[in-house]
Order: sequence, then C-alpha cells, then structure tokens
Amino acid sequence: MTISLSNLTVKLGRGDDMRTILDDISLDITSGEQIAIIGPSGAGKTTLLHTLACAIKPTSGTLCVNNTLPWALAKSALHKLRGGIFLAPQVPPLPPRQRVVNSVLAGRLAHTGLLASLWSLYKPQDAALAFAALMRFKLEDKLWLRCDRLSGGERQRVGLARIMVSEAPLLLLDEPVSALDPALGLAALKTIQDEANARHATLVVSLHDVQLARARFGRLIGLKAGRIHFDLPTHLVGEATLADLYGAEFEVAASMVKTTVDDLTSVVSAPAAVRCF
Amino acid sequence: MMTMNRSASRPDPAWHERLIATWVLVFVIMGCLVVTEFKPWTLLDEPSLRATRQFLASFFPPAHDAVFLKLILVSTWQTIAVATAGVTLALIFAVPLALIATRTLSISRLGQGQSQNHAAWLPKIIRHAVRGLLIMLRSIPELVWGLLFVRAIGLGDTAGVLAIALTYCGMMGKVFLEIMESQDARTADTLLINGASRSQAFLYATLPNCLPEMVSYTVFRWECAIRSSVILGFVGAGGLGQQMDLSMRMLAGGQVVTMLAAFVALVWIADIISKQLRSWLD
Repeated sequence: MTISLSNLTVKLGRGDDMRTILDDISLDITSGEQIAIIGPSGAGKTTLLHTLACAIKPTSGTLCVNNTLPWALAKSALHKLRGGIFLAPQVPPLPPRQRVVNSVLAGRLAHTGLLASLWSLYKPQDAALAFAALMRFKLEDKLWLRCDRLSGGERQRVGLARIMVSEAPLLLLDEPVSALDPALGLAALKTIQDEANARHATLVVSLHDVQLARARFGRLIGLKAGRIHFDLPTHLVGEATLADLYGAEFEVAASMVKTTVDDLTSVVSAPAAVRCF
Repeated sequence: MMTMNRSASRPDPAWHERLIATWVLVFVIMGCLVVTEFKPWTLLDEPSLRATRQFLASFFPPAHDAVFLKLILVSTWQTIAVATAGVTLALIFAVPLALIATRTLSISRLGQGQSQNHAAWLPKIIRHAVRGLLIMLRSIPELVWGLLFVRAIGLGDTAGVLAIALTYCGMMGKVFLEIMESQDARTADTLLINGASRSQAFLYATLPNCLPEMVSYTVFRWECAIRSSVILGFVGAGGLGQQMDLSMRMLAGGQVVTMLAAFVALVWIADIISKQLRSWLD
C-alpha cells in the first residue's frame, strides 16, 4: 500500500479544549517500505498511526491511501479499506475471559463472515492458523488458555500474533515491544519484519527504543510536538539529530543507555542462539 | 464547666435539618396510612378473627393424597417451565435489542475523535426507538400483560410465558445495555478500526467482557420469573398459582398449605441453583 500525507493536521478535543496533535505533516510511504517513527512521549506518534489507519479523521490536509482519499469514500467502502490496514495498539485490550485462540483469530475478523466468526466462538475454525501465529512468538502453549492467565508481555505478543493471521497489506504497530525484554523484543520485531517482507506489506512502527529503531529500520521519522522533525535514511541520523529531537536530557540518557545497549546486544545474540535449540 | 459553655455557644448545625426531616417523614407516612385506610385493628374484630381461625384450622392436616401431590408436582413443573421459557424468550430478544441500542459499537463514531456530535442521525433515531420500546415493555407489569394475554389467547401457560417474556425482555434489554455501555470501549474499538463489523466486534470484544455480568443477571431474573409465574397463575396463566387460586376459592386450607410448602421449596431450590451457577461463573 502506498500512502501519502500532505499538510495534514489533526486537532482533537472540543471547544476550548481543542489541541493540535499533528501539525502540517507531509509524508510519502511507498509500498513495502518499513519505517520507524521515533520521538518523545506526547509527540503524536499514536495519533499519526491512528490517522494512517483511518481511525482518526484529519482536521485539514489530505490523507491518500493507494491513490484514493479514504474520507471521501462512502462509509461501507471506508470500512472495507480499514480491513486492509492492521493497527496493533501498544497493549491490546483483550477480554479477560476470552480464550487466546479467539483473541488471535479476532485479527482476521475483517476477512471472516459473520456466521463463521460466530461459529468460531463455539468451535474455533482456524485453530491451526492461530497456533502457527503464536508459535512465531513462542506462545504456542497458551493457545487454549484464557487471556487473564497471561502476563503483560504475553498479552502484547498475542496482540502481535493477530498481525500474522490478518491479511492486511499495511501494518501499523504502536510500541509493539514495549512490554517485552530486549531479547524477546528484538526477536518479535524481526518476526514482524519478516512477515511484512513475505507478504510485501508496508510496515510503520512507532518505537521508544531509539537503538532498536536504528538497528532494524532503514528509514526513521522523528516526530516532535506534532511536527515532523526529520525524515531521513537511518545512516544520516546522528547523535546531534537525536539530541535535538529528545532535548538536552538525551545526551546524558544516551550515554547511560549506550552501555546497557552494548550489554544487551551481547545478551540479545546469546539467548537468541540458545532459544533455537 | 468551660467545655460545656463552649459547646453551648456552638450548637450542632445539623440539628434543625434533622428535626425538620423527621417531621416531614412522619407527616408523609401518616398521609399514606390515611389514604390507604390502613386499619390493622379490623384484623382483631370478632368476625374477622372467627373467619381467620376457621381458615387456619382447615390448614391441618395438609392435603397429601397421591392424586393431589401428583397434581402439585405437575403444576410446580409447569411453573418452572413457564419461568424458564419466558426468560429464554426474553433473552433471545433482549440481547439483539441491547446490541442495536448501544452507543459503544458505532462504526460511524470512528474518525470523529472525542467529539461525538457528528453521529449520524438515522442510527441515533433507531437507538432511541429501541430504548423507547424497552421502556414500554418493562413499564407494563407482567401481571397486566398476563391479564391481556389471558383475554387474547385464553387460560393457560402460553399467556404466562408471553407475559414474562415481554416484561423481562424490557428489563434485561435495559440492564444489558447499561452493562455494555459501562465496558471499556477500547476492546471493541481495536477490532472496529481493523475492519471488523459491528456484530463481530460485539461477539469478540463486548460479549466476552460482559458475559459474566449478563449471565449473572439472567440467572437472577430467572429466580424472579419463578415467583412471577406463580403470581401470574392467579390471573389464569397456568402453573402452581392457578391451582392455589382454585384451592383458595374452595377454602381448601389443607391444599393451600401443601402448595405454600411446595412454593417455598421451589424458591429455595431456585436460590440454590442460581447461587451455584453464579459461583461456577467465577
């Protein structure tokens, strides 16, 4: 899916409480591209992803998906378009009593008929599909468990497993690995990127972990106070650019993070190898 | 001495309000008693006492011949059947009606951010129409529905089933609606954003979130329906109530007391079953 945003502004709230969340965003994303969005908390990363998912209507400016204007479409056509876009929220709100198998299969509701999805609640129809999706996140033994038996990290990975069963050509992930340890987070991100490559899907991910974003993505978009601060190939994003994005505290934090990240990279490679056995 | 003086100079500020509230309450209750011609001492009049004594004396021995007990058993079973069928029918209609009337699963709401003013007018009218229907169904007591159906389709269990189904559909629909709207809407929104239909979002987000509360309330309603169906029997809608009405008219105290015992046992068993069902849910 190709996406293009021009002079897009999003304001949320009512009356006096109206705040500008995204300000004059112009952006082109080509089909099959993989992009990471970074930036300080409250910069508008989540709102940008929701706007791309056609879940928030831009206040002004245009959003163009596959050369059509989604918000000019009829309601049913717009909702059909939403079926081709998968947005994974940071920690998906899963019903506590739902079984994991159904939570995963909920990722493909847009491609399932109503009767089939009703019957699936009684007897899960694509259990094998859900199992395969969970296996890629090492959660296959949780298939028949109830969601309230899962830890925070496991819930997040169930949310990611939904992506595997969806057939969407555009994947939008909001902080997909925020509840995972570094090794697991890296593995999960790799899995998602492999899947996106395999189905030639466009992938846009918001990340807190700058080092992870730099390590895994070729294009970084820095978002600050609702504006695009930079939109660069990763090799052109230097420490100075990042310090400018996050403010003065970043350099101190970065030096602290640097050592941990170095530690982690060794940790990351070691357990990853161990986990293969 | 000092402290006494000080407390006297600072009187309790709530005292006057309390005094006024007490007198208002006394007058309201007095007024109610006068309007309802509440004269409990008429119970102690000689003729009343004699009638009561005779009726109470006829309670013993309780009727216990095999034919009568079999009749009681059949009537009790009828009562349970009426309650269960009524609640089931109510449930079948209440869930879809609540689903139609709920605001949380609105696809047209997507994209409007926090301001929900732009919600389409047609769904809004439908939602209000369904809410109105639910109010109408539950504001007419099941006894009145029962009388209407006895007139329309004649004496028997069908009238009882329909009466319970209609009133309880209104009550359950409204409560289900409130349960659904009090849930975290994000669970359903996540699915709607990814292209799920309204019904699918209901099945995969709202329903699993609300199911324990909905089942618990349905079981509680079933318990109420058993009591209701006995009362409905008095207006000719079948079951234990109708038998009790007949025995009362015939002043057959022995039969009445046996039926009261059956009724107490029935409510007690219903209580145990519903408690079991609810504990099994957690």
